[in-house]
Amino acid sequence: MKIIVAIKQVPDRDAPIRIDAAGKWIEESDLQYAMNEPDAYALEEALQLKEKHGGEVIVLSAGPESVGTTIREALAKGADRAIHIVCDDLASRDALGVARLLAEAAKQESPDLLLTGLQSEDLGLGQTGVIVAELLGLPHATLILHVEKTDTGIEVKRELEEGWFQTIQLPTPAVLTIQSGGAKLRYATLMGIKRAKMKEVKQLAAADLASATAPVVVLEQLALPRKQRSTQMLAGTPKETAAALVEKLRTEAHVL
Amino acid sequence: MSGILVVQEERGFGRNRFSQEALAAGHVLAALTGLSMETAVVGDKNTPILAETSGTPAATAYAVEHPLLNTYTSDGYVLAFEQLIRKLNPAYILFPHSYQVRDFVPRLAARFDQVLIGDVAAIEAGPSFTRQLFQGKVNARYRHRGDGPCFISIQAGAFRPDPPTAGTTTIYPFVPEIASDAIRTRPSEPFRAAAQAVDLSSAQMIVSVGRGIKNQENIALVQNLADALGAELAASRPICDNGWLPMDRQVGSSGQTIAPKLYIAAGISGAIQHVVGMKASQCIVAINKDPGAPIFEVADYGIVGDLMEVVPAITEAVKAAKQ
Ligand SMILES: Cc1cc2nc3c(=O)[nH]c(=O)nc-3n(C[C@H](O)[C@H](O)[C@H](O)COP(=O)(O)OP(=O)(O)OC[C@H]3O[C@@H](n4cnc5c(N)ncnc54)[C@H](O)[C@@H]3O)c2cc1C
Ligand SMILES: Nc1ncnc2c1ncn2[C@@H]1O[C@H](COP(=O)(O)O)[C@@H](O)[C@H]1O
Repeated sequence: MKIIVAIKQVPDRDAPIRIDAAGKWIEESDLQYAMNEPDAYALEEALQLKEKHGGEVIVLSAGPESVGTTIREALAKGADRAIHIVCDDLASRDALGVARLLAEAAKQESPDLLLTGLQSEDLGLGQTGVIVAELLGLPHATLILHVEKTDTGIEVKRELEEGWFQTIQLPTPAVLTIQSGGAKLRYATLMGIKRAKMKEVKQLAAADLASATAPVVVLEQLALPRKQRSTQMLAGTPKETAAALVEKLRTEAHVL
Repeated sequence: MSGILVVQEERGFGRNRFSQEALAAGHVLAALTGLSMETAVVGDKNTPILAETSGTPAATAYAVEHPLLNTYTSDGYVLAFEQLIRKLNPAYILFPHSYQVRDFVPRLAARFDQVLIGDVAAIEAGPSFTRQLFQGKVNARYRHRGDGPCFISIQAGAFRPDPPTAGTTTIYPFVPEIASDAIRTRPSEPFRAAAQAVDLSSAQMIVSVGRGIKNQENIALVQNLADALGAELAASRPICDNGWLPMDRQVGSSGQTIAPKLYIAAGISGAIQHVVGMKASQCIVAINKDPGAPIFEVADYGIVGDLMEVVPAITEAVKAAKQ
């Protein structure tokens, strides 16, 4: 199976997020970056399929030069090669704009499967993979935890709400968006890290893939969320705050 | 182009409240834009959800009927709603932000060269649509540009369902054309994982642990607090994904929904998918080292600090208080 995994580099989960002075975007200067978590699970699923059935795993990522570190991480975990769509204006494209780039690059490879994460940790759109499927005219399934190859295509386990699941059979080629938690993630080995340096990373210019059309959805303003409850913040040493908390739970909240 | 179309979802299992909230959001948008509102649902005129709809003013409802829609597939739903939207030509189309909507609406929108503005928590003059970025740490206000239809999905719990009022809804059948070979996927019946061993919903007190715990061994710290309180132990999704605690202790949209008297969240950031599962708790305590963590937005008591120190201190204080 030839499998493309779309991987996005996102600000590290624990990175402090600060809104810029104009309130239009966040301060990016002091951010750390990491692989989008569901994408790591998509990569894992792809690597396991390759181990069982053979084939090739290709990483696909759109972003500035700096996403190279995340691409290398994926190669170190076992992906065979990568396509880097070099694009400095990701934030000004909407989901359709990004999906057009990914779809154009994927088309040139004619993969059997294209996996994405179900949602990015920064924008949380949860759409890019589904749109890519539409642009490529392929069937898709979302929130997938597990993929099995069958005689005619694949069978996938899909998560539904509140602890329900279903299986779905699809013909290939197909697009799947992968939910976290379906498999145990592997670490890159030292050998893997060494090998990754030799693997091919093909760079494509965004402008050559799809003309940047005006976004249909535009971000106007960022703001900090409003509180839904009036929170009492307790300060002091751990011992003091603990004592204060227990006292309040007894006498104020009446829950102890 | 005119009007607002609210697409409801009839669910064999779970809550139709989602759809009522989307109707309420539709009313907010109707008041802001002066547009009229219609509603649609997949099913025939006897679909139970339509009985709930009459009485909340949407004068017209479309029952989208086709044998190939009896089981949900993205291909079937995209085709059906594409035809309904081309017929009605609405300016706005609203959906509840359900897993089903996440599955087919981005594809439907792309067919109109549009993108879904997903998981919207507020609608204001403009109209502008607010959704969360960076796992709930930031709110972002978006606007739709151009003259195509605008696709919106509504976050669970963000809009209060309208009280029923007098009024009737006229139901029109809408029968789309769908060829059977247009449906490429074959879904099974939904099934549940093995019986849940733990029923968190009946617990009076829950101590819940998130990724701030760092490793599996440290979970003992939180277990100790739960034991001192006589509380159940629960967790955010990544803890269960890692296999540190079993799936049936997961709280949130893909886990259990709970409303205990006391919910203590230790090292949990407060992503919306977690918060929908616990925000009905009577008293919420959050312990997090990041003062900007969204969990503090729903907490009654907040402690900014290292849970490795704070949690054992609370355990001691609870034990002392019980003596
Ligand atoms: C479709 C879908 C369904 C989902 N369903 C669920 C669900 O049912 N339940 C669920 O929980 N999630 C669910 N999620 C995942 C959810 O979006 C979040 O990723 C998840 O809730 C984050 O878990 P967390 O807060 O434990 O981890 P993180 O977001 O990584 O937060 C860890 C927190 O710990 C804090 N911390 C770190 N170290 C310390 C320390 N020493 N002391 C104190 N605090 C510390 C950090 O500041 C941070 O706030 C779902 C996601 C999707 C897309
Ligand atoms: N710039 C990008 N490069 C590669 N993959 C991406 C990019 N943006 C989004 N994706 C993929 O699309 C998924 C969903 O992203 P989103 O629609 O932003 O929530 C991610 O998990 C990635 O797999």
